[in-house]
Amino acid sequence: MAERKHAWGPRDQNVLIGKEITRIDALPKIVGSAKYSADINSKGTLFAKLVTCKHAHAKIKKIDIEAAKKVPGVKAVHLFKDIDENEIKWDGDLIAAVAAERAEQAADGVKAIEATIEYEVLEHFVDEENLEAGKKAERSKVLGSASEGDVEAAIQGAKVVHKGYYGIQTISHMCLEPHGSHCEWKGDDLDVHLSTQNVSGTAGQFAEPLGIDEANVTITGNYEGGGFGSKFQADEWGLAAAKMAKEAGRPVRLMLDRATELKTAGTRPSGFVEVTVAADAEGKVVAWESHHWGTDGPGGGGVDVQQLPYPFKFPNFKRSQTGLECNTGPNRAWRAPPHPQLCAMTQTALDDLAAKLGMNSYDFFLKNLEFTLNDKAGTYAEEMAIAAKAIGWQEKWHPRGEGKGPVKRGLGMALHRWGGGAGPCTCEVKVHPDGSVETFLGSQDIGTGTRTIISIVLAETFGLPLSGVKVNLGSSKYPTSGASGGSITVGGVSGAHRRAAQDALWTIFDKVAEKYKVEADGLSAREGKIFAGKKEVCSWKDACRLIGPMPLVVKGEGPKKDGLTADQVGGVQMVDLSVDTETGNVRIHKFVCVQDCGLILDELTAKSQVLGALIMGIAYSLSEERIMDNKTGRYINADLKNYKLPRIGDVGELVAIMHQPASEYDRGVVGLGEPPVIAPGAAISNAVANAIGVRVPVLPLTPKRVLDALKKGGNA
Amino acid sequence: MPDQGHPTREDQIRSGSGFSRRDFLKGSGAAVAATTLAQSVSETEAAQQAGTKVAPAKASAVKLDINGKAVTVTVEPRVTLLDVLRDDLSLTGAKEVCDTANCGACTVLLDGKAVYACSVLAHSAVGKKIMTAEGLAGQGVDAVAQCFVKHDATQCGYCTPGFVVATRAFVAAKPNATVEDIGKGLGGNICRCGTYAGVIAAALECSKKGGK
Repeated sequence: MAERKHAWGPRDQNVLIGKEITRIDALPKIVGSAKYSADINSKGTLFAKLVTCKHAHAKIKKIDIEAAKKVPGVKAVHLFKDIDENEIKWDGDLIAAVAAERAEQAADGVKAIEATIEYEVLEHFVDEENLEAGKKAERSKVLGSASEGDVEAAIQGAKVVHKGYYGIQTISHMCLEPHGSHCEWKGDDLDVHLSTQNVSGTAGQFAEPLGIDEANVTITGNYEGGGFGSKFQADEWGLAAAKMAKEAGRPVRLMLDRATELKTAGTRPSGFVEVTVAADAEGKVVAWESHHWGTDGPGGGGVDVQQLPYPFKFPNFKRSQTGLECNTGPNRAWRAPPHPQLCAMTQTALDDLAAKLGMNSYDFFLKNLEFTLNDKAGTYAEEMAIAAKAIGWQEKWHPRGEGKGPVKRGLGMALHRWGGGAGPCTCEVKVHPDGSVETFLGSQDIGTGTRTIISIVLAETFGLPLSGVKVNLGSSKYPTSGASGGSITVGGVSGAHRRAAQDALWTIFDKVAEKYKVEADGLSAREGKIFAGKKEVCSWKDACRLIGPMPLVVKGEGPKKDGLTADQVGGVQMVDLSVDTETGNVRIHKFVCVQDCGLILDELTAKSQVLGALIMGIAYSLSEERIMDNKTGRYINADLKNYKLPRIGDVGELVAIMHQPASEYDRGVVGLGEPPVIAPGAAISNAVANAIGVRVPVLPLTPKRVLDALKKGGNA
Repeated sequence: MPDQGHPTREDQIRSGSGFSRRDFLKGSGAAVAATTLAQSVSETEAAQQAGTKVAPAKASAVKLDINGKAVTVTVEPRVTLLDVLRDDLSLTGAKEVCDTANCGACTVLLDGKAVYACSVLAHSAVGKKIMTAEGLAGQGVDAVAQCFVKHDATQCGYCTPGFVVATRAFVAAKPNATVEDIGKGLGGNICRCGTYAGVIAAALECSKKGGK
């Protein structure tokens, strides 16, 4: 018998893999039958609301949570802070929770507690862009540095040297389903519906602090309304829901309110940088020197110094970082951390250097691809050529600021990389004697299409329609699977399922071979039938009857280095936009992303992932930011009215081109979820600089920042 | 009763006054809100004539027509239609996201008109036909819902039911809509994952077919 090896099939023989497949859980989401954690409403459920701090830095001198218990309908109260020891370090930090029969009664309870609180207000610092003020307030700390080569000598010998200032503001995750859970005790067992990216990894986070066994906790997460890196934990509010449920003897649903979601449940750190970058006469970068600062909240961290410049390693570099301890909500991983900030802080400076050299940005980036990491230079060059053609780069290109009239048009580009290797996954695939197939795994579909691509892999392998396989995920009682972060899910689940399905199929082939007296090696499964070469042997159902009375159960595991999955992806983005120099408004005409990610399982959902990332990128590039008020220390736009996200009419024409030559297909599956969100900041900023002839240094490029930059003038 | 008692989506999107009706209703107290209702006014008058103290903030029965079914809930006048749908009736297609009439995740149809359920008091929805996202799955799946599936206009899905309901009202009112029309007409809904490209494709196709 020939050696049986786990592998993907030849590309031209795929029936489902790589086609445009609509997602299998779309309809339940659309008609509202999909139940998110915020939708769980089992009998007797109490609704909880939160008391949060209205100061940036304070101590609680007095609080009476008993006041809420006198309010009609209130059934349980929870105090987050031990008031003798804890100080509150940001506006919006949690103080207490109230659970009541009805949401409005819980709100009454919150008001009753708020009336009893006395604060000792302490000095705050939230001015994260202002390094000097941070030093003066003794809120700064040196976070590290690195250097290689001789930067001074390289700058001395360079043809062109550019010095510039760039930055990118803090943003929040803004998950539309806020963080939270529904907790229900059944005797000693705790059932938690958790809005999470980490179904298999959160039971212990509930069990240990509650003093119960992890085996007594079940985490369910069938649908999740956005996480973007911020939902891996049980969180103190999850534990509060469980404790109040215990106290009241009733289920409790506690979802963060919108303001608390933005203030407390995760932010992306800011980064501000002073750069000196130099090139030789050819346009090759010879030296990079940078110092950056910013904040990730009270911890005083920021954007990792080790990854700047991004994604390049130039011959001579020197970089250092200062962190600012701010009275702002703590950071959490935000889609591709911290690459969007690294990209925005690097490739804006590089584009200004290109302008100073008098080079077309395209030629400049092409010339410097040799310094990119992970051996991707060749792929980037291919992607640049494809993107340039799609956007009409060479026809539309002009040197900076040459347009006539008040509305100026410009082009910009940037490139990115990400790992995306397969994450841990265990699955249990069952082939029933009647031919039906199902799988169980403790993974989650956070909107990326995980259910759908698992269905595709199983159906393709068994030669069945998508309707012939059933995917069961979203329970911590299923075989353990990794958290969905780092774009590792698609590789994890597809590798494990291909392995399990091929193992199951080979077992079935052996039974068919024996029964029908054919060679097992020559068998294939397609169109619901088993074939020997081109000859039909039996139906899939006939084959499965040979399994016996009990289902065939096969475990799939990953990741493995068997060629089914790989890591490292890259992409190139180009944008064509206009800037109204009278209003400061930026309007995207066309935004192109050419993206590689190895073997693509579902072309439709892959493209959706890219298009969505471009829109998130437009958000943080043009309008979205956390605004802190220096005077009060408060997050003053923590709502969906003043925290500006693009609407459907604001995004322009978006083009996602999946770059999948044979060399990519042959690499196997690589994660795609995060990478396309990395480059928009630099690409859009570069296009604005190309349009108006001056650099708007800090993202997002709001009308005010654009007008301020124009007023200041100067060349980059 | 005409629709003027309810803020329409057109009133609420960014081009509007920026004044949140919901905050007004919440902030001005339940008694004021309740007296905007004809029924409550007569009750108040009756109470005044009887010389008793007016206390209209108590929970009372509301009969609502939701997806063609009559349901009765007993709630205080300050309770929103959204809270009744989600918490009293477990009709959780309409989502609570902003709670301030900005994002459209709670969009439902009131007599065929798209409104933010977070900005409608349950008591003021009496006598109107309410349709939620769940109503699109009744007899045969609605064409707009099918178009959303086809064009992959959902990712995490949390904004989706509100977007679908808004699109249902939009395509009925605007056959042969352009992309620009869609930008304006569906500008009252926010998606964080970035499904706008899919929604535009779905709305274009449905609008072309006149919403059928």
